[in-house]
Amino acid sequence: MAAAQKNLALREPVWVQWLLTTVALAFLVLFLVIPLITVFYEAFRQGLGVYWAAITEPDAQSAIRLTLLTVAIAVPINTLFGIAAAWAITKHRFRGKQFLTTLIDLPFAVSPIVAGLIYLLLYGAQGWWGGWLIENDLRVVFAVPGIVLVIMFGTLPFVARELIPHMQEQGTDFEEAAVSLGASGLQTFFKVTLPAIKWSLLYGIILCNARAMGEFGAVTVVSGNIRGETNTMPLHVEVLYNEYQLAAAFAVASLLAGLALVTIVLKTLIEWKTERDRRLDEISFQAHYEASLQAQKQDPRP
Amino acid sequence: MSIAVRNVKKTFGSFHALDDLSLDIDSGELVALLGPSGCGKTTLLRIIAGLEQADSGQVLFEGEDATDIHVRKRQVGFVFQHYALFRHMTVFENVAFGLKVRPRAVRPSKAEIAERVHELLNLVQLDWLADRMPNQLSGGQRQRIALARALAVEPKVLLLDEPFGALDAKVRMELRRWLRRLHDELHVTSVFVTHDQEEAMEVSDRVVVMNRGRIEQLGAPAEIYDHPANPFVYEFIGQVNKLAGRISNGAVEFGGIRANLGIPDLADAESVITYVRPHEIDVRPGQEAAEGWLPATVETSSVAGPTLRLDTRLTATGEEVHVEIRRGHAEHDSLRQGDVVQLKPLNPRVFAPPSAA
Repeated sequence: MAAAQKNLALREPVWVQWLLTTVALAFLVLFLVIPLITVFYEAFRQGLGVYWAAITEPDAQSAIRLTLLTVAIAVPINTLFGIAAAWAITKHRFRGKQFLTTLIDLPFAVSPIVAGLIYLLLYGAQGWWGGWLIENDLRVVFAVPGIVLVIMFGTLPFVARELIPHMQEQGTDFEEAAVSLGASGLQTFFKVTLPAIKWSLLYGIILCNARAMGEFGAVTVVSGNIRGETNTMPLHVEVLYNEYQLAAAFAVASLLAGLALVTIVLKTLIEWKTERDRRLDEISFQAHYEASLQAQKQDPRP
Repeated sequence: MSIAVRNVKKTFGSFHALDDLSLDIDSGELVALLGPSGCGKTTLLRIIAGLEQADSGQVLFEGEDATDIHVRKRQVGFVFQHYALFRHMTVFENVAFGLKVRPRAVRPSKAEIAERVHELLNLVQLDWLADRMPNQLSGGQRQRIALARALAVEPKVLLLDEPFGALDAKVRMELRRWLRRLHDELHVTSVFVTHDQEEAMEVSDRVVVMNRGRIEQLGAPAEIYDHPANPFVYEFIGQVNKLAGRISNGAVEFGGIRANLGIPDLADAESVITYVRPHEIDVRPGQEAAEGWLPATVETSSVAGPTLRLDTRLTATGEEVHVEIRRGHAEHDSLRQGDVVQLKPLNPRVFAPPSAA
């Protein structure tokens, strides 16, 4: 009764509801749906054959391979880093913890172009370590290592940021219980901590992966845009576009857009699953409460 | 397995959680650490468990120094307030955890583990839940599983941190009686933390009353209730009336009224506080004064089950005095607001005011 009244009190007039909904939908269509449809429309406009040719052409293949390679290096490393950082921050007390938490967020605050320039400044021929790198015949900038480095920089926060709130909420009880039962550090991590955070972790990895594949600003600074060698997919799209190969540009872009869609679907699934787990926890508690009272009455000890 | 805590100190920043605390717990005892939040009881329990390191001092198990033994090797069973059952494992797997993580050389076989787990689940009377997930259990069931899990590793001591704190009143009461019976069966040395005096009194062999990182009093529940060592214990355990007064010639003066309370050897003092339990006051209706009786006026009279509660105000000082007496005497039951009564404290204790202590 009280809840219904409260609902009524909070309800907007019908025309306000309609107006708000319409505005929200219009924005979504204008800024999200139409561009997304355009990508796929333009990509397939000249037929499947052109589409297929665009993504199997050697330079496109090389861009796809390079993107997959950088992601294959950057994402696992950042995942390990993210787990380690989240573990340290949430399960231990130490000085400078707050500072570390802020530091992890830094890549979000720095413009990708600036990030690229920083790496150019450090590893470039005129850079701080440039001389030493050249002497030892190590190419970082305008080569794959540089691309991997700036992508790692840009995507560093994702896994840690997903894990930290979740792990904070869980506290240290589970780990302490495991250790008091005789588990070693590794056993505790693999049997207790990891299963508890697996969905957040997967979510973090998916976001990290999507961002790593799409990274443009920083990569464009350090890659040197060597076709077939240091062009990742987003860079390849730009090159094609600048050469007025619109259909090809959109074809490669559609791969990235498709990745975004898959990411969103996975993200929604994971959120749905964790939310359901949480709700189950609460509902079942209520449902079994009565049963437990009964059960406790039924087994009195002599 | 006896536990000895020797001169343990622990600070968190500038906060003294434990201040040079020593405590001996005999083998097979069930001891309650009781105190208000922030008194250091949980810190003490965690130091005994090895989950927390003391800044200085020692923890001895059966006379042997365990201070530097890691939790993993300390062989303590720890039960958490929020159960800490592993959510992704079944009840069976939870209880088996401590056996399964043992190094291969000392790990029991699969069959032995299964047998042991079912034995424990039977002990906590929940064998029928073996295949459930923790989120399918009620709070009381979860805590019993948590206890079975802790017992699986055959701990030398069992440590419970507010084990019933997250449960509602009814389940809590049933579970603590059950814990007491279980302890009488197993006789494993057990320490549990609680802020609920009733729980501590009902379950434990001995109660350790703590405050501000120190032990205020240690003793059997009845001893603590009947003979509180100081004002803190008096106020923390049970209800108490506090009456300000002074002492001259061996009698206490409340306002203008002298009362010989029958306490021997009272030294003269300008300011004292007399502690009296509400149920340790005799009530006599009427104006008629007598030695040792204090006149008061009834403000409210209410019924709580078999007990009659009177809120009265002392005529001499205007202080409130709560009285609890058994119902059934017509002269008491008929008392109404404004009636004058005479009160006689039966088991009063006199302390100097806390500021002077």
